[in-house]
Amino acid sequence: MRAPRVYKTEAIVLKQSKLGEADRIITCYTPYLGKMRGVAKGVRRPGSRLSGHLEPFTHTSLMLAQGQNLDVITQAQTIEGFWPLRQDLRRMSLALYAVELVERFTSEGLENPGLFRLFSAMLHLLGQAEDPESALRFFEVQLLERLGYRPHLDSCLRCGRAPASGGNYFSPSAGGLLCPFCRSEEPIVYPLSVAALQWLRRLQAVDIAEMDSLKIPQPQLKELALRAREYIRYLLEQEIKSAAFVEMLHQEEGRSRAR
Amino acid sequence: MNNHYIPVAKPVARLIEEFNRLPGIGPKSAQRLAYHLLRMPPEQAKALAEAILEVKERVVLCSICQNVAETDPCPICCSEGRDRGRICVVEEPLDILALERTRQYDGLYHVLHGVISPMDGIGPEELKIRELLARLRHNTFSEVILATNPNLQGEATAMYLQRLIAPLGIRVTRLARGLPMGGDLEYADEITLARALEGRMEMKGI
Repeated sequence: MRAPRVYKTEAIVLKQSKLGEADRIITCYTPYLGKMRGVAKGVRRPGSRLSGHLEPFTHTSLMLAQGQNLDVITQAQTIEGFWPLRQDLRRMSLALYAVELVERFTSEGLENPGLFRLFSAMLHLLGQAEDPESALRFFEVQLLERLGYRPHLDSCLRCGRAPASGGNYFSPSAGGLLCPFCRSEEPIVYPLSVAALQWLRRLQAVDIAEMDSLKIPQPQLKELALRAREYIRYLLEQEIKSAAFVEMLHQEEGRSRAR
Repeated sequence: MNNHYIPVAKPVARLIEEFNRLPGIGPKSAQRLAYHLLRMPPEQAKALAEAILEVKERVVLCSICQNVAETDPCPICCSEGRDRGRICVVEEPLDILALERTRQYDGLYHVLHGVISPMDGIGPEELKIRELLARLRHNTFSEVILATNPNLQGEATAMYLQRLIAPLGIRVTRLARGLPMGGDLEYADEITLARALEGRMEMKGI
């Protein structure tokens, strides 16, 4: 059955690219249509009725008309503009990283309302959490889970033994934990400390409502960021580009604190 | 692909191919432009060709403000009549034209040649930020106006620059945000409207 000629959807804007003289192609994530692209006409002119409602990571309500190739966005109304994310460069960079993760991992037409709800809740959280970096680690874990890439962490994937008490290994290709005896069974493994493993398992189980005040200690935060990066790089076979900017800001902040 | 021979003269085919490289020009527009050129008077076609060559040969980047210009330094940087205490930072050379058209600003400029766009892998190193900081350190400016576009990337760039410039003790300002001329309250987004309300000004009778 063909979709109706005019339809409505909620959406979170992921990115924009220029099209022709004054138009843009808007890529967004929707609850029931998955990732989607639409043309927004005339949005690069001042006074456009759409442009303010289609900025990246705006949660917006869209009306679209079927087009020959891409559908055309005819109306847009902001539901949530995530203002706190736009006023703070660090929070903004983390939100951009989250947006890029969703952009890379999702496909057009593949519905996943649970992921949409997680994503929208996550943008709220990144704006208000005491420690947005911890919140982002939570998002990585939960996103992978909802996409079917939940890493197995309860026991060694090879021998089934409980995690060793002196540290274990994480294998992106096996998708989970290897004990020190089985580490050589996979070509690429990364060390995973006991503390980081505990945090990872906690992030798999915790509810988003508790994330507001959760703060992962700095060493584990760093370790989890690296493991997530390696796992995501393995799954996508490419880098998340925003990560470089997040890292750069982090280093600059560290330097100005040291001064 | 079909293999049968399509009789297009080689120079025409080459021209079509070159036009096809231009932004916003697809294969059909490229064909139309190429055949239009064929029918053009020779002088006109030659003038176009020369203009293209000239733009590549004679236009340089001003070593001070990074604007495109015929001379280095550019006329704005050389001008005696401009306010040398203020500097306006823009994304692209075209933004200077837009600001000049207002006739409200007589300070200097600095062109970044892009904006920070983390998702596209464009970081601060890709922009002319080092040049800007050097200018700010070696001259006395009383104000830096950040005139990047009021969108996510523009805001990110402005916030990043503000962080870098603040330790130098120079006043940093940002272009105001508000309702566009010919606009419509009904269609304004919340952020623009909130800013417009915040920056409201008293009306003075004459």
